[in-house]
Amino acid sequence: MHCQAPNSQDPTHQARKLDALDRRLVDSYQRGLPVCTRPFHTIAERLGSSEDEVISRLERLQDMGVLSRVGPVFDHARAGASLLAAVAVPEAERDAFAELINAAPGVNHNYAREHDFNLWFVMTAPDEPELEARLDALEALLGVPILRLPMLEGYHIDLSFPIPWAELERA
Amino acid sequence: MSVSTCPSRPAPRREAVEAAVPTPDAGGLDAADRAIVLATQAGLPLVPDPWGAVGREVGMSGAEVLERMQAMQESGVIRRVAAVPNHYRLGYVANGMTVWDVDDAQIDRLGREVAAIEGVSHCYRRPRHLPHWPYNLFAMLHGRSREEVERQAAVLRERLGEACRDHRILYSTRILKKTGLRLAGSRPSDASKDTQRRG
Repeated sequence: MHCQAPNSQDPTHQARKLDALDRRLVDSYQRGLPVCTRPFHTIAERLGSSEDEVISRLERLQDMGVLSRVGPVFDHARAGASLLAAVAVPEAERDAFAELINAAPGVNHNYAREHDFNLWFVMTAPDEPELEARLDALEALLGVPILRLPMLEGYHIDLSFPIPWAELERA
Repeated sequence: MSVSTCPSRPAPRREAVEAAVPTPDAGGLDAADRAIVLATQAGLPLVPDPWGAVGREVGMSGAEVLERMQAMQESGVIRRVAAVPNHYRLGYVANGMTVWDVDDAQIDRLGREVAAIEGVSHCYRRPRHLPHWPYNLFAMLHGRSREEVERQAAVLRERLGEACRDHRILYSTRILKKTGLRLAGSRPSDASKDTQRRG
């Protein structure tokens, strides 16, 4: 299956609109920006640019959707309680179930996946008892069992990637 | 749109912050930390002094916000403060959640090995739920095509060897909701905004 969001643009098209400074900002700061008094000023000094320029570039990259945000990435496990959950629902009713799940308090991701368990979401709460309560309430609402898959051990998390600029350019 | 100029951005939910104070599960965050988490989880205001702007929202000085951000980073509550790319927009259009049924006696060693393989972003051990769910190791793979994800999965399969009884790749076909951490609850309006189809 291949489909695109109606309002999203082809990734290759997006990449062509980014110049060298944009690309350096994405490449260099996806792993972390300086947490200091004037972070954008510090970045500007490193890149030989100005604070205003860095800020307006970041705003534009965010508006284009190339950056989903500029800010802290929290460790869910340490900043509250959360777990990965899944339900198996009839494919024809999947979107209706998804709406119920998305509207439930604490749900912050929801992906359709190709499996009998076809809806996968992350449930969050301030603490463990509230997490259980939210899952129990949602289970009652949905009328199907929720597969509860808390993290028992985390081996590694790296959300940075080499961006294939040249390849996007050629496409 | 930057956070600071978004008129519809709801104020932090103080009552939820109060309710969340501090439990052993909460990484030792106090109410002020939680207010900062709530005010920054959707992104920092893109202004010269973002800490001061956050401080005005939560009622503390910029210096205190910065100090608490640094402390949360130190303790691991904040993994990093970063320009977070939308990888889909940057060509990583295939996302496969691979799940593996791995010998419990070897899973910690193998989990660490698998986590180091290129293309793996998250790698976790999770409980089995027999008979419906025999898989105890999860590795998220990201590639520019399904073929690339298949190649990455083949590398994982080889590394796991005899210790692996079965595995599946669950491709995402659609993002129905994607938001950052929502400490105090969900914002239903995010669902429609963030709905996105995947190939």
